[in-house]
Parts: sequence; C-alpha cells; structure tokens
Amino acid sequence: MTIGMVFLSFLMAIIVGWLFRQTVHVQPWRAQQAVPVLPTAPAAKAGLWVFLAVASSLFVLVVSASSMRLGLADWSPIPRPRLLLLNTALLAFASLSMESAARAGRRGDVGALRPWLVAGGVLTAGFVLGQLVVWKQLHDAAYGMSSSAAAAFFYLFTAAHGLHVLGGLVAWARAVSRAWKGAKPAALRLNVELCATYWHYLLGVWVVLYALLVSGGAGLAICSSNPL
Amino acid sequence: MSSHVAHDETGFAPPAETGEVELYHAKTFIGKYIWSQDAKVIAVQYAVTAIGIGLVALVFSWLMRLQLGFPGRFAFIDPSTYLQLVSMHGMIMVIYLLTALFLGGFGNYLIPLMVGARDMVFPYANMLSYWFYLAAVVLLVTSMLVPGGASGAGWTLYPPQAILEGTPGARWGIILLLISLVVFVIGFTMGGLNYVVTVLQARTRGMTLMRMPLTVWGIFMATILALLAFPALFVSAIMMLLDQTLGTSFFMPALISRGHQLNYSGGNPLLFQHLFWFFGHPEVYIVALPAFGIVSDLISTHARKNIFGYRMMVWAILVIGGLSFVVWAHHMYVSGMNPYFGFFFATTTLIIAVPTAIKVYNWVLTLWRGDIRLTLPMLFAIAFIFTFVNGGLTGLFLGNVVVDLPLSDTMFVVAHFHMVMGIAPVLVVFGAIHHWYPKVTGRMLDARLGKLHFWVTFVGTYAIFFPMHYLGFMGVPRRYYAIAGTSFIPESAHLLNAWISIAAFVVGAAQIVFLYNLVASYFRGQPSGGNPWKATTLEWQTPETPPKHGNFGKDLPVVYRWAYDYGVPGVGPDYIPQNVPPREVPAAAWDRAPSPAGA
Repeated sequence: MTIGMVFLSFLMAIIVGWLFRQTVHVQPWRAQQAVPVLPTAPAAKAGLWVFLAVASSLFVLVVSASSMRLGLADWSPIPRPRLLLLNTALLAFASLSMESAARAGRRGDVGALRPWLVAGGVLTAGFVLGQLVVWKQLHDAAYGMSSSAAAAFFYLFTAAHGLHVLGGLVAWARAVSRAWKGAKPAALRLNVELCATYWHYLLGVWVVLYALLVSGGAGLAICSSNPL
Repeated sequence: MSSHVAHDETGFAPPAETGEVELYHAKTFIGKYIWSQDAKVIAVQYAVTAIGIGLVALVFSWLMRLQLGFPGRFAFIDPSTYLQLVSMHGMIMVIYLLTALFLGGFGNYLIPLMVGARDMVFPYANMLSYWFYLAAVVLLVTSMLVPGGASGAGWTLYPPQAILEGTPGARWGIILLLISLVVFVIGFTMGGLNYVVTVLQARTRGMTLMRMPLTVWGIFMATILALLAFPALFVSAIMMLLDQTLGTSFFMPALISRGHQLNYSGGNPLLFQHLFWFFGHPEVYIVALPAFGIVSDLISTHARKNIFGYRMMVWAILVIGGLSFVVWAHHMYVSGMNPYFGFFFATTTLIIAVPTAIKVYNWVLTLWRGDIRLTLPMLFAIAFIFTFVNGGLTGLFLGNVVVDLPLSDTMFVVAHFHMVMGIAPVLVVFGAIHHWYPKVTGRMLDARLGKLHFWVTFVGTYAIFFPMHYLGFMGVPRRYYAIAGTSFIPESAHLLNAWISIAAFVVGAAQIVFLYNLVASYFRGQPSGGNPWKATTLEWQTPETPPKHGNFGKDLPVVYRWAYDYGVPGVGPDYIPQNVPPREVPAAAWDRAPSPAGA
C-alpha cells in the first residue's frame, strides 16, 4: 500500500498547492472588488483529467495489491510472452498517430487528420487483438487464470488496461464519425485532442505495467525471464 | 476566448454574458421526469431511491432489534437470517443510502444552483449515473431474493468466510452483491466527474472559490475522496468476484472447508482488508464532509451570523480529507499487524481530531451571540453538534491501539460508529431537507410534525446508542445472534437490550411521521415564497420557485460577495444576497421585493 500512499500524497500535493493559490491573500468577507474572469478550458478537458486521476488510482491500487501479494512464499512467475513487445510497439505507434491527428486538427487540416486518426484506431485494434493472442498463448500453455497468483494478476492487469483501451476506442469511433460527417472544426479538434491525451495516458500506463510485469526482481516478478 | 472583461465605473464585475451552455430541452413527460438530464430532477430521483432502499435497511434494523431485545421469541429470525439482516443493514445504510443521498441527491440539487450554473457540465453522464445507481439498487435487492438469500458476511465482506460454504448467501448472494457494488462505483464515477468539473468550470461570474458556500466545499471534497477511494472497493470487489467464480486465489489461502481441501492456494485475506479499508475509511468522510458543509450553512443562516473562520473551515475540510487516506489500518488493529504499524496509524488517527475540533469550535463560535432562530434546520444542526461530539470522543478511545484491543468487535464499536457516522449525518439530512424542501417544492414542511419528529429522533437515538456503550464495556460482542449462557454477561445486559429495542421501535415509528410530513406538505404545506429563510446563497435568488429548467431565467446571476453576509453592520435587512451589487445595498430592495412564490 506504500505505492498507493505515494500516489495519493502526490495528488494531495497538487490539490493543496491549487487551493493555496486560491486562498492565500484572499479575504472573502471583505473582497468585493472586481473579479477578473479567467479563461476556462473546455469542461470536457477538465473532465478527462479528473477521469485520468481516477483511473490512475485504480491502476496504482492493483499494482499495490500485487506487490503485497508478491512477498508470500508460494509465488511462481509465468513465462514472458514475447508478443508483448510487439503489442507495446503497436500502442506506441497508435499514440504517435493520434498526436499527429491532433496536430493536424490544430492546423485545421481535416484532410491530414483523417488518415492519422484511422491509423491510430487500427493500430490500437491491433494492440487489443495482440493482447488477446497473448491470453490464448498463455491459456494453451496451461497458465490459465486460476493456475497461479502471478497468472491471475497478469490477467487482471491486462484486462484492466484493455478495458480502458476499449473505452478509448468508443470515443475514437465517435471522433471518426465526426471527421467524416463534417462536424464543426472546433468540435472535431477538441474530440481528437482528447483522444490524443487519452492515448498517451494509455501508452504511459501500459509501459509502466509492462516494465513491472517483465522486469523480474526489480518489478513485480510476474513474468520470469523464460520467453513463451 | 477573451481573458479580460472591462469593469464598470464602480469597479465591479458587470452583469455580462457568461458563456451559456446549450441545454438539453426535453419535450415529453418521460424526457422531463424519467430520462431526465436536469440535475434537479436527477437529484430527486436519487433522493427518492436512496430513501426507499434506506427504509428497507431501517426495517432490517427493527428485525435485528427484535432478535437482540427478545431473543428466541421470533422463530422466523434464525442465525443465518440475523447475519443477513446485519450485513444488508450496514451495506445499504453506508453506501446505498448515505453516499447516494449526500452526493447524488444534495450534490445534484445544490451544486449547480449554489455556484450559479444552468446545469451540470455533462448532463448525459449525469443521467446515466442515476440509472447505474438504480441498477445497482435493483441488483442489491435481487441478491436478497436469489436461492441462499443475501450475503451474511457483514458489510465488510471479509474473505475467506464471505465466499465459503456455511456463510449465508456465499454463492449467488455475494456474487450479485459484488456486481451491484461494481455497478454502483461505475455510476458514481460518472456523477462524481460531473460534480467536480461543475465546481471547477461552471461557476458564474464573480463566484470565486472562496465565495462558495461551505455546502459546495463539503460536497466537492467528498466527491474527490470518493473518486479516489471507490477504485479500491471496485478492485477488491472484482478480485473477490474472480475468486468466487473463476477460482483465482487473490484473497483465498489454501484451506479445508467441511472436510474438503479447496482448490485455493496462497491467497492473502489481509490484502482484502487493506484494500477494503483503504476505501472504507475515506467512506466515513465521504459521508461526513457533505454533512459538515451543510451544517455550516444551516447554522450560519439560522443564527443570522457569518460563519466563524470561513477559510479555516475550507482548509479543515481539505486536511480531514487528506488525512482520511492515511488512517485505514485503525480498523485492523486486531489483524496481527506490526506494533509500529499500529503506532503510526494511531497517531494519524488522533491527528484528525485537530481539524475536526476546529470545525466544531467554529460552529459553536458561530452560534455564540448569534440571533438564533430555533427553526427545524437549526434544531437538527444543534443536535448534530451534540451527537457528533459524543460519537467523536469515543473515537479517541478506539483510535488508541491498547484501548481498542479489548473493545474491538463489541457493542462499543457499534455505538461509536452509529453516533458519529450514522445518526450525526442523518440528523443533517433531516435538517437539510427541512431547509431546502421549500426550494424543491415551493411549500414549507409542517413545523409541528417536524418538532415531534425531531424530539423523538434526537432523544430516542440517545436512548438507543448511549446505553450501548455500556454493553460494549461489559464485553457484549457485536454480530452475535444470541449471547445466552455466557457467565460474564449479567442479567441487566439483557434488560438493557430489551430497552434499546423498544427505543429503536419508537424512533423508527417517528420516521413514519417524517415521511408523512414529506408527502402531506407537498400537497397541503404553506406556500413558502422564494426565500423563506432570508438566505444569501444563490439557490434562494432564482426567479421561480421551484427553479425551472436552466435555473436562473434569462441571465445568470453575478456574484459580488461571499455567502455569509448576515447581520452586516449599517445595513437594514440582516442579510445581503450574494448577487446584490454594492451600489444597491443602501436601497435594500432585495428584502422588500414581492416574493415570487411558486405555489
């Protein structure tokens, strides 16, 4: 749970810093001066960031849980699926494509935006498919969900991440339909920017999870060094 | 987007065009009241559902008291049924009633109105949030009806016993309950995103953070806590579900049950306790912080005095919220943890008393020399202070490891947490309903029935829970079906149990009076007008009562002052609404305006 506490301390620091900026030198009972109107980011953007904090809390807790479980005597790692490396590359390229789409959107270039957006989605679908193949490989090699604690955590990690990816693909499908139906450029741009942010987050979470899965003693020791 | 707005000659923010949101306009009755995207309707939906399922939990507590007060007289309560009643009572009250009512009910109604917004920022997600909540409630009720009945594992659901044969509802009961919790968390996340982002992004012109009423602060911080803590419940529910259905061993150690070696191996039951209480302790404050915020506003409004130490109150809410994440293991002192670990958690637990005491002192100092009106909201607020202090003081006992060990799992614990997070927040709920019912319906609740309900509830809950502490001192354990045949428990304990049960039935009956009042006043209550309490906050300044879709008519209000301008020296009326510009203060038109009664 130490990991959870570190994560929460980090979030609390952000909140305390933010509140401090809002309250220091403010005397609400006297303040009747003019209040400048601050430019506000679109609500959807703030909503996404709050959601990312919630999702991070979920992932941190799962990592915390497995690191507590790790200490027990009967821990036996599962082999390392080699396919994971390819999947990681697919997700990285998906994230890059989304970024290119977002940049095209900022330039107002819908023609360039469309292929990048589609590429991002297709690569991501490839990632999900790859993860399913990994599950199949493990299952065929007798490393099913209930075979060992390490296997159970492996499935839990990949499923939790995969479901977030699938949720992203729903948002992506909406962005695609907007890109082809000729939605307002501002709306489309916001959509694609949100997708890009979310994809970078998904990639970041996956890279951390992947590192924890495969890096033996330093990580969670879920996968051994034997490749599958 | 322009970041600069010209100011008028007085130097105050002009009543200008705040970015308008596009509102969803429902055309049919079903669109307006069933699949509604209006936060006010969603709030009422949440509140009615929560109170409905809460009544089920209330009836369960009567049945428990029947068994405890008069053991063996009622054949239909067997040991399994008793455990199921205990589990469902706790689970419903904590999660499906209090969390849903404070955040889904009061949060939805008050946040947009109090910060001067037309609606929540994501109305569609807000609507989905309610329907997920309703689905969770339906799943919970279903879990009581399936073969084997509801789970009897206690509201804490500790494995391994929660999913082992022999515990009531260890198969379908617990599966449906866990699914219900997962659905609840998903639904809450959608609502919670709304509450947080609405406070951050949709405040009207002039509504700086430090001008927000403390009600909004309380709900806002509680929502942040919930958004960060509920994932722990989510994860543990999923993991236990996998243990139960797919045979994984997250929490289940190798064990022999009824002579059979089970297929589990190497799971860690303590892991569940850590995850559960990582959610469970913040949950206490998810319930308490909105109550803190609401009670601050009730006291200030009905004592006609600005809240004492507003900034301190805001910071105390934040500090309590932060600390609530580092105390969870004080629920696990008897789990065999490292003594140093216990020392750490005892220390953090006792530190929480500091910001909490600051809040209590500030409430009392707000009352000090106030122009106190003993209206029902005020009565409930004062009752809350008493009850909360009493319940909080016993928390000091239980927070210390050495004192906790003999008291752990006794009736003392039951008395403590019912006082501090059961009765105290519920008193605030009653006060808040009396305070805002006129805004929601346009009619006042009947004060005579209200006073009857108040006195029976306030005195009655003391009659229930105060003696229960003594039962705990004697060593009467909690969650036991019967304590007969034990030599250390004297006859007088049984007498006391019977007394507690009778008091519980009386208090329960008083709640029927309250419900009758809610329904009858809707049809026959006195018309209230727009601002019956002469309050300053924005929800009382709406052009119509009850507020229409969009809340504020053509123009959003502009805020010129904080929420606590009561009894300002040199001003005729003893309150100045937040949206009154300084140049209009001498004329004091807001107090003479014909009240736009909606009745």
